[in-house]
Amino acid sequence: MSPSRTTRSLLALGAVAAVALAGCADGGSMGGGAPSDPQRGADAEQVTLTITRNAVQGGKSARDADWIVDYVIPRFTEMMAAEGVQATVTFVPSGVDDEQYKTRLSLDMRSGAGADVVTLDGIWVGEFAQAGYIRPLEEVVGPAAADWEGWAQIPDAVEQLASFDGQRYGIPDGTDGRVIFYHKELFAQAGLPTEWQPTSWQEILDAGRALAQLPDVDPIQLNAGTAMGEATTMQGFLPLLAGTGAALHGEGGWQGDTAAVREVLGFYQAVYGGGLGDPLLQQEAQGRDKSFQEFAAGRVGMLFESDYFWRSVVDPEVGIAPMANRDEVVGYAKIPAREPGAGVNGQDFVSMSGGGMTAINPNTQFPQQAWRLLQFMNSAEAVRARLGDSARITQREDVNAEALANDPMLTFVAEQVLPITAYRPGLAVYPQVSQALQEATAAVVAGTPPDQAAQQYQAALEGALGGADDITTG
Amino acid sequence: MALTTSPPVEPRRGSPATDAAGLGRTRATAFVVPALALVAVFLVYPALWTIYLGLTNYRLTGLAAARPEVVGLENYARALSDPDFLNSLWLTLLYVLGSAVLGQCVLGFALAWMLRSAPRVVRTVVESLVMLAWILPSSVVAFLWIALLDRDNGTLNALLGTPGMGWLLQYPMLSIIVFNTWRGTAFSMLLFGAALNAVPPSQLETARMSGASAWQQLRDVVFPHIRGHVLTNLLLISLWTFNDFAPYLLTAGGPDGRSEILPIFVYQTAISDGLLGFGSAISLLMLLINLVLAVVYLRLLRERRP
Amino acid sequence: MTARDLVGRVAFYVVIAVITAFMAVPVLWLLSAPFDAAPSLTTSLPEWTWQNFTGLLENPYALTSLLNSVLLAGGSMVLVTALGALAAYALSRVHVPGRDVLLYVLLLLSSIVTGTAAMVPIFLLMFELNMIDSRLGVVLVLSGGLLPAAIFILKDFMDATPRSYEESARVFGAGPLQILRDVVLPTARPGIATIAVWAIVQVWGNFLTPFILLRSPEKSPAAVVLYTFYTEGGQADLGLISAFSLLYSIPVVVMYVFVNRRYGFRFHGGIKR
Repeated sequence: MSPSRTTRSLLALGAVAAVALAGCADGGSMGGGAPSDPQRGADAEQVTLTITRNAVQGGKSARDADWIVDYVIPRFTEMMAAEGVQATVTFVPSGVDDEQYKTRLSLDMRSGAGADVVTLDGIWVGEFAQAGYIRPLEEVVGPAAADWEGWAQIPDAVEQLASFDGQRYGIPDGTDGRVIFYHKELFAQAGLPTEWQPTSWQEILDAGRALAQLPDVDPIQLNAGTAMGEATTMQGFLPLLAGTGAALHGEGGWQGDTAAVREVLGFYQAVYGGGLGDPLLQQEAQGRDKSFQEFAAGRVGMLFESDYFWRSVVDPEVGIAPMANRDEVVGYAKIPAREPGAGVNGQDFVSMSGGGMTAINPNTQFPQQAWRLLQFMNSAEAVRARLGDSARITQREDVNAEALANDPMLTFVAEQVLPITAYRPGLAVYPQVSQALQEATAAVVAGTPPDQAAQQYQAALEGALGGADDITTG
Repeated sequence: MALTTSPPVEPRRGSPATDAAGLGRTRATAFVVPALALVAVFLVYPALWTIYLGLTNYRLTGLAAARPEVVGLENYARALSDPDFLNSLWLTLLYVLGSAVLGQCVLGFALAWMLRSAPRVVRTVVESLVMLAWILPSSVVAFLWIALLDRDNGTLNALLGTPGMGWLLQYPMLSIIVFNTWRGTAFSMLLFGAALNAVPPSQLETARMSGASAWQQLRDVVFPHIRGHVLTNLLLISLWTFNDFAPYLLTAGGPDGRSEILPIFVYQTAISDGLLGFGSAISLLMLLINLVLAVVYLRLLRERRP
Repeated sequence: MTARDLVGRVAFYVVIAVITAFMAVPVLWLLSAPFDAAPSLTTSLPEWTWQNFTGLLENPYALTSLLNSVLLAGGSMVLVTALGALAAYALSRVHVPGRDVLLYVLLLLSSIVTGTAAMVPIFLLMFELNMIDSRLGVVLVLSGGLLPAAIFILKDFMDATPRSYEESARVFGAGPLQILRDVVLPTARPGIATIAVWAIVQVWGNFLTPFILLRSPEKSPAAVVLYTFYTEGGQADLGLISAFSLLYSIPVVVMYVFVNRRYGFRFHGGIKR
């Protein structure tokens, strides 16, 4: 049955109209145009502010959500009331996957809406800045941006989390560090020292071989493959890459098919091709969760993870795979460079860190008050209140010094790991680079020789970046 | 069954509908307008906009978010030469063929046919279980199947005595095909159940009494009557299966993209990679492929109409 | 009964039994894990406890989200069924030019709009209409996506129902609206009931649209809240998830049972049997 002329012309008209409207709407609803006055609304007597973060009471990061609702909001409202300003502060929670949170946040900020104080993953700063969703702090709040006492308490490296192109975009929101966790009982059984600090990759492999003698034990859990997502890149590939002295993104661009990349893939092959790890576990959708349970059950010898593992996975009280004897049985060591002195900056040991940052929405109506709220949330007492009686690495050195005093592992990270750590490049295309790296490790675990996997990685990278311009090879 | 006239067995497609109630053009249009209005605003407009996005390099973050450029057909060229896209397309066709055409349709028909002669209790139990599988929300069903197919502790391995067998890892496509068959058979079963009711029992009787085997009865009496329904059913379930996102919750497209059907590919592209322009182009390509499928079904099942 | 009949019967029951087992086994986890003190992905006899459910009660959003799901599903069901039935009836009985093509086109376009790529246009559209964080907005968007398939199915249904009753009623002098109310609707009830159930099921399980369009947690439906029962590192809290999944599943099952009792779940042939 052929469509009548009326139907056809109606459809055509509709299409043209929609395209035209789409074109207009697309341009018209862009957030972030010319910078506006940082002093707007500064004298208002009635102020409304919203805070958003990927946390929700009763669900994800519930502690942070509770802190905002029960501490930050009431205290700040009191503070403002004492100055004669009626402040209404609300919290917009979210409890979903990071990527979905990022999507929703992007949609909000693109339309010029969204909360006034937003928390982002540090890795998103670059792309959000390039998209115009966030602007340098000085632009949004004026010269007051440099006047905060807290800046002195935040190490320069950690400040990178909230910076892009040399400018501050907000305040970092906690950080972490990666180490090798090892099971002291298994080490004792295999005849390895229970206070262990490897100084080279070879020592890791040797310890793995000793562990391989034990029945029903996976010597090494080094995240690999695409099922574990960013956990593969952060806990697996990047610390090793740092151990070869190469940075993922440097002067010549991104690491392509370079010697450093091939060495890292070679290490993966030594582990998974040499019977020192469980290749199938890396492919499972819940593989990471399972690896945690296996470690807690004493079936994994070494695990490359961040302090999140210590705090939230094997913690005897609040962990999801609790180990009652965690403090006696779980050891931790710095991740060595390939050999001493081979790491980035000539370091003997390396690590990777991540974390969040909190920024001020450039479209806020009350930038000065939002800045005060942000400062308050990052003051020593507020950060201390946020921790409560749990221990966690915060962005402030003064709070860390007190709060971590009772937790040797976190003190270890704060004092020994953070100074040697590195952060991921916060560029928009990073997720695709990460994906290509994950696929390269997956190929090696499945049996592809490292050289070939590195070539496939190079091809994938060129596809993602649209050409070989920004890639170094060698 | 006191009907004054016997209803047509199935209306001829494309024949002028009889305005039995005397609606008239104006009233009919009035009936249709509310639905069309809703659809025009909330479906057609965003869909056309998405098609427009497919012509740009728009991203949700990064430079291309601030200054998207129209790149014309470049996204399409890129998709058609992207081995991941082509792999995804192939897997999706496999998925539709396996779980919709073969799985749901055949199982649904088999159930509808067999349950006609089953005792009432059996019929209720089976139908309820089949409906339950369809009704439960996707996220819940995903957990159920992950628990079933788990490598170490899964129920299936316990039942079959095959511990350590990673079904989702070694047979990802088979797993999601069986999963989707389990999930969606209810629709086919209902539709065929109703269609079989419309087959005049007298013709079946005649065929049986003249010694036709069950297979011959099916082929010569039943099938001609339900041909139109087979078409509608296949069309809808193919479309739904083609766009079904639920397998993501089971395998996340893995391992290594071996079960990365197109809806998952679009999700990875749009959300994980943030490439909305490219993702939109792929959505349009999916639509065109669905169109081709629809045309194929129409051709196959409209032929030989007397 | 001959031997052949006997074998036939046995085979019949074996097949039925296999199919029944196939359908039933996966569901068992839902009945064991919520009551398990240490739930895992295995289906096993649980260490019986109610703590997972009490944990849900402590969550401020868990129960309101179920209510929100009911609102969203109910609202969409009403819109889709009402508008869909009217449109399907009109399209079935009256020859409107371009009808079939229009339906196919709309059906195909609905597949774009329910996919991920359309989320930005939908968001921006709702933003322009000032309907972000509005449950009504979610209902409108979801209904728009479901209507083409609903009309398609219902029209097929109505094409196959005989016009004889309507013709007879007309002969007796009833007006078209009266015919619609007294003749058509009762006949079409099973089909409409099916579409109503289908619409509810689609909306009940939908995550992406409410997630993109809603901001207040008090308005979020269960599909969204289910995904918040994870730790900050992304590990699942199986106790809460399984308990919530059970609660989340019960309303739709109850609804199905209710509709089945009352209307019978059939597509065609309301008057034939």
